[in-house]
Amino acid sequence: MIVCLKQVPMATELPWDPKTGTLSRDRAEGMMNPACKHALEAALMIRHQHGGHITAITMGPPMTEEILREALAMGADRCLMLSDKAMSGADTFVTSYTLARAIEIFCSDFDLVLCGCHTTDSETAQVGPQLAEELHIPGIANVEHLEMNSDAIRIRRISDSFLEVLEVDPPCLLTVSCQHFVPRYVPLAGLQDAFSGANILAVSAEDLGIDPRRIGLQGSPTRIVDIYTPRADKENIVLKGAPKKIVEELFERFETKLGGIIRKDLNKEG
Amino acid sequence: MAEKTPEIWVFGDYRNYFQNRVTLQLLSRAHDLAGKTGAIVCAVVFGQGVQEWVGEYIAHGANRVYVVEDASLAYYSTDLYVAVMESLARQCSPEIILVGATSFGREFAPRVAKRLGTGLTADCVGLDINTEGLLVQTAPAFGGNLLSRIITPRTRPQMATVRPGTFQEIPHNYQAEGETVRVPLPQNLPKDRVRLISSERKPAGSQKLEDSPVVVCGGRGMGSKSRFRNLNELARLLGGEVGATRPVVYSRWAEEDSMVGQADKHIRPKVLFSFGVSGAIQHTAGIIDAGFVIAVNKNPNAAMMKMADVAIVADANQVCLALIKELKKRLRS
Repeated sequence: MIVCLKQVPMATELPWDPKTGTLSRDRAEGMMNPACKHALEAALMIRHQHGGHITAITMGPPMTEEILREALAMGADRCLMLSDKAMSGADTFVTSYTLARAIEIFCSDFDLVLCGCHTTDSETAQVGPQLAEELHIPGIANVEHLEMNSDAIRIRRISDSFLEVLEVDPPCLLTVSCQHFVPRYVPLAGLQDAFSGANILAVSAEDLGIDPRRIGLQGSPTRIVDIYTPRADKENIVLKGAPKKIVEELFERFETKLGGIIRKDLNKEG
Repeated sequence: MAEKTPEIWVFGDYRNYFQNRVTLQLLSRAHDLAGKTGAIVCAVVFGQGVQEWVGEYIAHGANRVYVVEDASLAYYSTDLYVAVMESLARQCSPEIILVGATSFGREFAPRVAKRLGTGLTADCVGLDINTEGLLVQTAPAFGGNLLSRIITPRTRPQMATVRPGTFQEIPHNYQAEGETVRVPLPQNLPKDRVRLISSERKPAGSQKLEDSPVVVCGGRGMGSKSRFRNLNELARLLGGEVGATRPVVYSRWAEEDSMVGQADKHIRPKVLFSFGVSGAIQHTAGIIDAGFVIAVNKNPNAAMMKMADVAIVADANQVCLALIKELKKRLRS
């Protein structure tokens, strides 16, 4: 089994630049994309029931190693880390191309590729389906439940408003629903192993034998023209003090507005 | 040879036609874009017995509809639909392909883009044409906190999936004229590698929370399950619904169908009361369309407090109780 992981900036503590209102990505702490954790959990559950071997794979700058350590701590058997300046700035088209070449070289005998359903940063949800295309295997998105039978995998998922039961033969690629396969906590023992072992293989573009012009920003068919923050015209009034006082002040200032929305008269004098 | 009129394609996603108007919204936007580039608007429909949809798409602005009809296309199949779309796009070389960002569209479009060797922008909330005649695709990132403008300069077609509800459909006009082009099923179509065992329409879930003008949302900062219940009383007085964050649902303080967030329910109330919510992006992505936001949190630096119109620095439960008391007084008078 292969699980694809991505490091994303820590969502709760995004360092917003107060002057420009933009995100300071270089100051953002990284974490494993939450949906990817669900994919890893699905792999761990399958291994528990049916055995097997889990390779976690990621692409990103050197600091991405952190999430591979976390993956090892959760129970992954080994990790591939694709890290190379030539790979940076990749869109989903070339990301899936690069991942596929690595899978073909280092773990071509896989039965299953698992991915999260989307990331919290760019949210494209495109790498999964495009990776399946690159590997010439069938893919199914947003899997809620899966059952491995002797020859096929039976899947339950919701697509638009249809509850579907599907069957597919390995090798295949599944993206996992974020509402299922709730990830386990990292066991302490695992944490120790994760930092002592040498189960992470670093891979460069040269190792993959791919033309650097086909990957990274250079190879990407899409180009970002600019990134901006939609200006929210929020006043951000701050109220402090005793709850009773605050609530009185809230009504004094906004009773007409709130009353209009809930269609009730909130005026004290009625 | 005369130069071919450029074409803008819209994938006809007719499943759930009455709930899901994204195809019609895209035809409308394609019409605007075509006006700027001298292109024609084409809908692409695959399936069996699809004449009804062909008529609808022409009435909503399609100049031409490509139809591939076959029993094997009766159900939405990623493998088959991708193969048919690839073959058709290679024959006709459209400039732009737009696909609704439905579950199916988001599984289908990435594979089509890959086969055609072109770029794809996900879940766009804006489409325009720049001075060079390129499609400018505006896509959200970080739960809508950032927007990026993206172009596909070198490869064709330019492809985007588009979030439902982004554009307004053109009112139907059954007098509108459009051409129907029937295309035979491509030869050597591969076998579908995914076997459909069953497919049933889910009973439409309650839309109450999504449609409510008033929502009271609670996070772990409410303190306990019994305190969380105070939000029900507040919501009742306000005539609104209660929403919850993921940690609250995982702690079983609230039911799963009240979960608001990126992968959960997206709400758009006129007023949102947010109690003890830190403001993790997985949650705030689901409230980005809320109108007036009142947030209560002990921590003035919580992300949720920064995105509020009114940020109340205090214990969430105590403010909730004070609000209930004051509302009862005012609603009585």
